[in-house]
Amino acid sequence: MPMKIKQLSIFLENKSGRLTEVTEVLASAQINISAFSIADTADYGILRMIVSKPEQAEQLLKAKGFSVHITEVIGLVVPNEPGGLHRALQILSSEGISLEYMYAFALSDRATVIIRTEAVEQTITALQKHKMELLKASDIYKV
Amino acid sequence: MKWNEHIECMDREQLTKLQNERLSAMVERLYYNVPFYRKQFQKNGIEPGDIKNVDQLRKLPFTTKQDLRDNYPFGLFAVPATDVVRLHASSGTTGKPTVVGYTRKDLDIWSEVMARTLTCAGAGKTDVLHVAYGYGLFTGGLGVHYGAEKVGATVIPMSGGNTQRQLQLMKDFGSTILACTPSYALFLAEAMAEAGMPIESFKLKAGVFGAEPWTEEMRREIESKLKIKAIDIYGLSEVVGPGVASECMDQCGLHVFEDHFIPEIIDPKTLEVLPYGQIGELVFTCVTKEALPLLRYRTRDLTVLNAEKCSCGRTIVRMKKCLGRSDDMLIIRGVNVFPSQIETVLLEMNETKPHYLLIVDRVNNLDVLEVWVEVDGQLFSDEIRKLEELKKIIQHNIESVLGINASVKLVEPKTIERSEGKAKRVIDKRKLT
Repeated sequence: MPMKIKQLSIFLENKSGRLTEVTEVLASAQINISAFSIADTADYGILRMIVSKPEQAEQLLKAKGFSVHITEVIGLVVPNEPGGLHRALQILSSEGISLEYMYAFALSDRATVIIRTEAVEQTITALQKHKMELLKASDIYKV
Repeated sequence: MKWNEHIECMDREQLTKLQNERLSAMVERLYYNVPFYRKQFQKNGIEPGDIKNVDQLRKLPFTTKQDLRDNYPFGLFAVPATDVVRLHASSGTTGKPTVVGYTRKDLDIWSEVMARTLTCAGAGKTDVLHVAYGYGLFTGGLGVHYGAEKVGATVIPMSGGNTQRQLQLMKDFGSTILACTPSYALFLAEAMAEAGMPIESFKLKAGVFGAEPWTEEMRREIESKLKIKAIDIYGLSEVVGPGVASECMDQCGLHVFEDHFIPEIIDPKTLEVLPYGQIGELVFTCVTKEALPLLRYRTRDLTVLNAEKCSCGRTIVRMKKCLGRSDDMLIIRGVNVFPSQIETVLLEMNETKPHYLLIVDRVNNLDVLEVWVEVDGQLFSDEIRKLEELKKIIQHNIESVLGINASVKLVEPKTIERSEGKAKRVIDKRKLT
């Protein structure tokens, strides 16, 4: 399904310079980062990123010795206004779908929310049923 | 099938009686024939005739590899040189070679225990046995060879090397049983695939693999690639060579041929004998051999003994697949810890063994253990919740296996230093001065 977006998940220890090594790999391969977030604990973190060439980035980072996974996520577009996110979350909640994690970026009148749920396909179907706008994989890699 | 059902399925009482008689006679022979042992007996006030049963074994001194080196080459032999019909020796890469000798009767004993071993793996008259263990000073090749002839199988004395020829003859001669090291078995499997020889063109049904440590993971790989049953066999030249113990087709521990080699498990630090069921260093006493009957020989191999009757019907004691070397043992808060135990915990959680490192330190006079585990492949989840859960499970399992708590730290792949492809397993930062 073209609505599924490939996200890179990278295991990082909390050591200075590690994040720079990741960005360096991507920069030198001319790979663009359109969104990212970091989840952190006391000794390690998980870096999650949407990049322009996910498979190539995965290979390059693996070759550098990083633990990398490609995880499927959804890019949901909501209006950048009060209640914009609320409506989308209500849909998921009423369908009984729980979120694993999410992160967002807003640009002028629209906001994009990257969401990961336990059931990606079911989530896409539910959101489309309610006419919510989803980003195509091909679009977000170019953002 | 059993080669010697009378012995292999003997009831414990009868077997103990046999061991008692043999041990008592052996101690007497050693007293009169080996000055090295006589001196030690005299030092400990042991007279010939004092030792009447296996429970008294613990009064006797241990023998180590160093003793063999100190008495190089024939100092521990218990018979005149004229009675020795064969010598074997280790390569001696870590010092003087270890020399072992056999009388005519010793070779018969060796053939007997190897016949039992091969029968354990299902070998019989109709089998074609491909022996790819090295022939020569190493005991592997000739040990398997004599046993295979004794069971009446057709022996192909291939020895090691020349892989293409190995495959060709194995195929053309219709070999049914392969004997070699487990790593060579995997190497052969890969060579087969590379040469485009389908496994269906071979008649292999089983393999007897030993002479080096191997994991259950390797066993699964060998079994699926060669489509055979992979049987673990155990032996060391100081005791006899291959043929000390062997798995049966049920693959639930190795049957120790204890009518010839009496096993004990000891704590490698205190040298106390441990009860069956506890992990410790394996020690063997040869009670029938003539040329080199070693007393309480410390193998440095770690295992657990189990006296329960096997589902195959054998009653002789079983040892677990070797769990590591006693030289690696750590004592943490008074508990003996072997890196291999932690390895077992990690293996249970994952198909492939993750790299790990144990860091032991002493903080406020208390030993602390930190276990680093590299997060790679299957272990990696992109959810913090699952990674934290993984940490907790590893911590919990280590505690239930070792009885001590450890803090687990997840680290990136390649964080743990590798030297020559082998990872360093332990860093002990305690300064015990």
